[in-house]
Amino acid sequence: MELTILLFLLGGLFLGWSLGANDAANVFGTAVGTRMVNFRTAAIICSIFVILGAVISGAGTTETLGKLGAINALPGAFACCVAAGFSVYLMTKSGLPVSTTQAIVGAIIGWNIFTGSSIDFGVLTTIFATWIICPILAGLISIGIYIGLKKFIAASKIHLLRLDAYTRAALLLAGAFGAYSLGANNIANVMGVFVNISPFTDINVLNFFIITSVQQLFLIGGLAIAVGVFTYSKKVMFTVGNDLLKLSPLSAFVIVLSHSIVLFLFASQGISSFLTSLNLPAIPLVPVSSSQAIVGGVIGIGFLKGGKEVKWSVAGKISIGWVVLPIITMIIAMFILYILTYMFNLNVVF
Amino acid sequence: MFGLKTSKISLFSDTKKLEKDIDEFVNILSEVGLAFKSIVRTYLTHSKNGNFDEMVEKVTEMESKADTITKEIEHALYEETLIPDARSDVLRLLEHLDELIGMYQGNCYHFSIQKPDFPEEFHEDLIGLTETVVSCVESLCLTVRSFFRDTKSVRDNAHKVTYFEKESDIKFSSLARRIFNSDLNLDQKMHLRYFVEKIDRICDQAEDIADELIIYSIKRSV
Repeated sequence: MELTILLFLLGGLFLGWSLGANDAANVFGTAVGTRMVNFRTAAIICSIFVILGAVISGAGTTETLGKLGAINALPGAFACCVAAGFSVYLMTKSGLPVSTTQAIVGAIIGWNIFTGSSIDFGVLTTIFATWIICPILAGLISIGIYIGLKKFIAASKIHLLRLDAYTRAALLLAGAFGAYSLGANNIANVMGVFVNISPFTDINVLNFFIITSVQQLFLIGGLAIAVGVFTYSKKVMFTVGNDLLKLSPLSAFVIVLSHSIVLFLFASQGISSFLTSLNLPAIPLVPVSSSQAIVGGVIGIGFLKGGKEVKWSVAGKISIGWVVLPIITMIIAMFILYILTYMFNLNVVF
Repeated sequence: MFGLKTSKISLFSDTKKLEKDIDEFVNILSEVGLAFKSIVRTYLTHSKNGNFDEMVEKVTEMESKADTITKEIEHALYEETLIPDARSDVLRLLEHLDELIGMYQGNCYHFSIQKPDFPEEFHEDLIGLTETVVSCVESLCLTVRSFFRDTKSVRDNAHKVTYFEKESDIKFSSLARRIFNSDLNLDQKMHLRYFVEKIDRICDQAEDIADELIIYSIKRSV
């Protein structure tokens, strides 16, 4: 691999690290924040399943991002990733759970504007619509699961301590599922822009199975996310788990599960094809925001409890972050593209 | 991975042991109450009988066992960071239940050391008061068990605790009045009143714990 290609890929890896530090923190944030799962265990499980999700099921959402802006030059992809990674890093530093999805979409729009490429407004509208639907859906799912679980627990008369042990195990399972879904859904943000220009070639493993160039790309992206989880996600985990609403371990589990279901729904090619085969409208395979899903889930539980305990000022701050982030990232991306084009004479588009 | 699996297995076995410990602790509270009832009856009927001292010694052993179990539960809850949201409530509950066992034991010791002279005319009333107090604590034991398994029943069981506490107050007032209306010397009246009051206080403590349990169960159900 050429050194320049490696250098440009570093932009994607930086974004992967940001995703690990912020978005992945959402998956186990409620579990770690409520001290039901310790950080080390959360980080190990999260890393393993993010990588698996990325490599095994990451292709679906990548196509959608590709449609939004088919970035076809490495310097362009680099600029988008660095812009998104930098803006997510800034938000992470201020403790705001933002979304890498929103950042990368903002960066791609910036690339489209800078290069004069046409923007597919149909795809853009679909993405924006899912950003609104995602937290609402997560909130509704969490309300449904919470009510069902409460009734089940009341009827089954489980001992408090046994319930605690089951909740811990369930949090780990839901977290693993969430991490897998996050890897599948969000790897497109990290490595999607490099798919059309992947520097790797397919590897045939003992004539048994083939690791495609895209899977190799997703694997290193997944590893970058894992590094982000281990090195920088602890603070965000505690923010997510405590700031918005004081959560009980059971609520923490319900929120992680509903978040995971939403992410999985928007990443599963299988479910989408199944719905199409039944002549039902297919779920758009869009990289949604894990932050939005988690916050939607938390607010859903908050509503169920009367809404008084939700810190609406924090919710408002987070929402403003969601609106501001894509715009800031778009501006940063255009600025980096400008520097690469006019100061380093690099082609950001072919 | 194997480390995680082992820790999961350990978590479930620890949980079972803790459940057993808590059940055993509540059993001790219940048994100490029953033993106290027998002790008062034995004291009043055969105060010179050696059996009384053996029974008091047995209560002391049970109290000491309850202390050990409380410490084990406390360590396990902290070390394994179990029930983070209800831990402080459970620990406070165990502490207060332990105090209740201590009150039973204290009463036994006072009978053993001070040997109050209850005239026969007060025996039935004192036994009646003791039985009400023990019934009150029995209801508290049910409330405690329901707090761990069935929060919806906490209020119902706590209501029984309140009922017996009121009964106990009535019996205490009646007995105290009878003591002070009697022809005994004032020093003996004061001495007997001290014992009657100490027994009645067990019910007050039980009612306070039942009230706490209602709050804890509301916290858990929210």
